Amino acid sequence: MTLLTLDDVSFGYTASPVVKDVSLTVDAGEYVGLIGPNGSGKSTLLRLCLGLHTPDAGRIELFGHPADEFVDRERVGYVAQDVTENTKQMPITVAEVVLMGRFPHTGFGRVGKRDRELTQQALETVGIDHLADRRITKLSGGQRQRAYIARALAGEADLLVLDEPTVGVDAESVDAFFELLAGLNADGMTVLLVEHDIGAVLEHADRVVCLNRELYFDGSPTEFADSDALDRAYGTNVHRGERVEPR
Amino acid sequence: MSSSLLVVSGALGVPYDVLYWLLERWSDAILLVADQFGIGMLQYGFMHRAFLVGMLIAVMAPLIGTFLVHRQLALIGDALAHTAFAGVAVGLFVNAVLGVGVSPYLTAVVVAMLAALAIELISEATDAYNDVSMAIVLSTGFALGAVLISLNSGGLAVGVNQYLFGNLSTVTNQNTILLVGLFAIIALVVGVTYKQLLYVTFDETAAQVAGINVRWYNRVMVMLTAMVVVGAMQIMGVILVAAMLVVPVAGATQIARSFREALLASVVLAEIAVLVGITLSFQYEATAGGMIVLVAVGLYIGAVLYGKLRSSRAGTVDTVSADEQATDDQMAD
Repeated sequence: MTLLTLDDVSFGYTASPVVKDVSLTVDAGEYVGLIGPNGSGKSTLLRLCLGLHTPDAGRIELFGHPADEFVDRERVGYVAQDVTENTKQMPITVAEVVLMGRFPHTGFGRVGKRDRELTQQALETVGIDHLADRRITKLSGGQRQRAYIARALAGEADLLVLDEPTVGVDAESVDAFFELLAGLNADGMTVLLVEHDIGAVLEHADRVVCLNRELYFDGSPTEFADSDALDRAYGTNVHRGERVEPR
Repeated sequence: MSSSLLVVSGALGVPYDVLYWLLERWSDAILLVADQFGIGMLQYGFMHRAFLVGMLIAVMAPLIGTFLVHRQLALIGDALAHTAFAGVAVGLFVNAVLGVGVSPYLTAVVVAMLAALAIELISEATDAYNDVSMAIVLSTGFALGAVLISLNSGGLAVGVNQYLFGNLSTVTNQNTILLVGLFAIIALVVGVTYKQLLYVTFDETAAQVAGINVRWYNRVMVMLTAMVVVGAMQIMGVILVAAMLVVPVAGATQIARSFREALLASVVLAEIAVLVGITLSFQYEATAGGMIVLVAVGLYIGAVLYGKLRSSRAGTVDTVSADEQATDDQMAD
């Protein structure tokens, strides 16, 4: 089953396009890693997929509906870039944040027993149930990331969309984080990951999409490693395993 | 005042009569308490209304303020208060020129809500809440108010202080009923859209991805803010009204852990500030708005000290230690 379809999509904030003629589909159960140099439009592409921008040309369908119509939104779990920043100093507990995953389901209705059960389960799955009553601002970057994943799980999402989730997280937590993602994917979660760390994507994803304004590569990690897509897209001799740091 | 009463009762009809009846029962109840415990302050009719209005303000201001402060929009209350002042001036001006009796608070609600919508639409168009545009709206509102009022000084200039600084003794039945109406709308809207407002406040992008119409809720939030500001203006005055949106919330943030706790704590702090503030203001014949804010600031300082004391006493309990992090990672593996 196809969850996401991009058909000849172009988009620009100004006259010059940031994303140009991109076609791509994501099927249920896939683990897709989206890579590209800084300013390559990968975060923009992700925002397009989520319906946060409307394409200038082409068509984007999420769950069979135009992405910017926001249909079936409880099926998407979203983990934003730099999760450490958007929490400010707001007093809110981990459990309250994870419960938000249920809000698209409850609408204007009350939060019920099942909502709380699913929240608890999600916290257990990502291994932070003992932190449920902590203020989210008191958590480390790695723990906070897990909380956001738990929010997606509580929402019973089919598609997990992550925008550079490892920025600002220590190396050890990053490893554990990728293992968690792999485990979720093995259980049937479709993963769409934007990541600057090419090595991590090649190691964990089962499909690599390389973008620099246009699509440079779409295929398996082994094929990617054997191709010259990386050199062409990045325009330098960046090799597999090397971390391309943002900015 | 009777003609302005007619305008409002004509527009609202039955609900107004019901509220008026309820207000009289409230007054009776307070009188009973006053007689029972010999509290002289509560013998006065205007104090009954002042306490009712104050207690309602202490619920709705921090309720809306909690969402505003955590979206870093604390300043918007100030901007809207100043445009509400323009609304008051419009009301006074229209009354003087056309010889009608529209309540200035009613025109203030309308003008402040239009200004709120304008601020929101500007921020949507420019993709950011802008200090500068907020400051422009604030000064424009106040300038317009000042000009309109000076245009028909004479008899009207006398009444301006009451709007600038608030006044307990001028809280009329009509204005009390207006406030009860505003309170009902605010409580209802927040009650129904609490989850959506919380999501938008916490993480606007994720809320949008989740299918919540962020723009719509932002508009709702600023309109509610306009209502709170005008409602609270009667006692707090234009200049100090924003404090009720911010100070109790800032105090609650120091002591609460969850968002619900923060909401509750901010209301409790605001109620204390209002009750103590009004009492002191009656006792010492000082301005109520100023007294309330001073008490609220005192409570805020207390909350900061309590928060510091608690976290230092709790030591590492409230912060996540390195050991715990390691355990977390192992658990996930």
